[in-house]
Amino acid sequence: MSLSYIFKRLLGMIPLLLGVSLILFGVLHLAPGGPLDVYADNPSVTQEALEQMKRAFGLDQPLPVQYFRWVTAFFQGEWGFSIRTAQPVMEEVLSRVPATLMLSGSAFFLALVVALPLGILSATRRYTGVDYFITLMSFLGISMPVFWLALMLQLLFAVQWRLLPSAGMQTIGDGSLLDILRHLALPVFILAFASVAGWSRYMRSSMVEILNQDYIRTARAKGVSARRVTYSHAFRNALIPVVTVVALDSAAILSGAVITETIFAWPGLGRLFIDSMNGRDYPVLMALLMVGSFALVVSNLVADLAYSLIDPRIRYD
Amino acid sequence: MTETLENRTAPGKRQRREGFWPTLIARFLKHKLAVLGLVVLILLGLLAIFAPLLAPYTFDGQDASIIGQPQPPSAAHWMGTDQLGRDAFTRVLYGARISLMVGLFSALLATFLGTLVGALSGYYRGWTDTVLMRITDVVLCIPLLPLIILLSGILRPSVALLIAIVGSLSWMGTARLVRSQFLSLREREFVEASRALGGGDNRVMFRHILPNALGPIIVSTTLSVGGTIMLESALSFLGLGVQPPTPTWGNLLNYASQWLTAAPWLAVFPGLMILITVLAVNFLGDGLRDAFDPRN
Repeated sequence: MSLSYIFKRLLGMIPLLLGVSLILFGVLHLAPGGPLDVYADNPSVTQEALEQMKRAFGLDQPLPVQYFRWVTAFFQGEWGFSIRTAQPVMEEVLSRVPATLMLSGSAFFLALVVALPLGILSATRRYTGVDYFITLMSFLGISMPVFWLALMLQLLFAVQWRLLPSAGMQTIGDGSLLDILRHLALPVFILAFASVAGWSRYMRSSMVEILNQDYIRTARAKGVSARRVTYSHAFRNALIPVVTVVALDSAAILSGAVITETIFAWPGLGRLFIDSMNGRDYPVLMALLMVGSFALVVSNLVADLAYSLIDPRIRYD
Repeated sequence: MTETLENRTAPGKRQRREGFWPTLIARFLKHKLAVLGLVVLILLGLLAIFAPLLAPYTFDGQDASIIGQPQPPSAAHWMGTDQLGRDAFTRVLYGARISLMVGLFSALLATFLGTLVGALSGYYRGWTDTVLMRITDVVLCIPLLPLIILLSGILRPSVALLIAIVGSLSWMGTARLVRSQFLSLREREFVEASRALGGGDNRVMFRHILPNALGPIIVSTTLSVGGTIMLESALSFLGLGVQPPTPTWGNLLNYASQWLTAAPWLAVFPGLMILITVLAVNFLGDGLRDAFDPRN
């Protein structure tokens, strides 16, 4: 993998993101209703004031002009101001990033450390009770409506047993590490849950394929211990396709956070998204969707690069 | 020995060979969980279709004597009642209608769009392929769950519009799948034969190539029904999908979440129904995949 390849891929991101921005802008602006709808129903806002606001925000211009203005400004880091709070959009978004990173980052690592061993266990004990049980569980996991599971867990842990807080990021006046961890427990579990089932299936099938390879039989014939065959011969090679899936899914965790954050009142990007939607805050919405797309594009790139980095047989030029 | 051989090759006597469909059905029937999934889905479908006949009450009928406080499950109300005195069992039954309909039809719409894009792309190749696949790449780079949430939030969609939104934003996987099928199938002899016999592009594409790609398409459609049912439920759960008083499993959960402490039973059953349905769909899809592709 050469530097020029990475550079080429980075350049390739630009048309992709431009395309995304065009679609998003078009969809949002062709949909009925606009950012000034919140004021339209307000009797104390006169028609004149509305027109003035339209001019001030540039909403009286034709759509292509609006798009061109917005996109040139956006890619220069001028994200405009929130209609709801009048704060700079970039500040609004950045202030929510730590909470979301804490939530989805923890979920990501939890999912990883649970899914990989489950997949290995399932593959090495193929067609035994353990394998069937894990397979059945992962089917259940894939089919689980996570928002319902979240409700049930809130019901058990917060309402019935009073072990964990049902929502929020910290108790008012507290905010110690333990307090935040207690608030993190349920949402992290829920967010990780969705990924574990899928990832452990990938790990299993990848591991099964590798364990059927000739070099594994050779290693066994040489008298290498079962443990060593599993962990140093098979695991590392089985990991290659899994890394790709995990990298691609990491951005999906971010969008899954929209629902999880709403249920648990977690003050992250997902909450900001729902709040901005209810307030028809178009600048913030566009910025959030663009940030989400950027994360997707980057995770695609990381998946490709990681693939060639850990598997020297793959060459890009 | 010689007799049987002669028998086999005897002219006019057709060889006894299992056909494509009987083999397929036999393979499918071996997958017990898939059969179970199919049975469950048929039952659910019947329950949904005949909900007005089966339901003990009307879906917005209120029992005036118990309005004000949700009642726990009892003999008269198997799943309890909500605050307005409405029978929860009836509402779950009616909820199946919308949830299954939205799930099924948006998956079918997605399959139709994806097959069209994939077929054109894989058959014509060249710039058609380039343009269509670039568009697919771009749409795949949009975080779809937030976009669908946003569109539902802005448009407050009817059931039909909801199907259109979900279906028109979930075709990309099918498009890539169908494209790869077409790319390899178009090089086969039967395609050449059809063209030599004067078959036009449309005929070759949809009468000859498409039937051969049907297996993977059916599997991916089945599996995506699970996804679309889940998506509709999530949207309605957030209060953005189908609007009350029309019950769906998702908006029943939305309502139940406000009564979690006082009436937890309201939250249990709609979620259980979603879980059972999606589980059945996934088992069915898994069985179909094994039946269509025995190498796995």
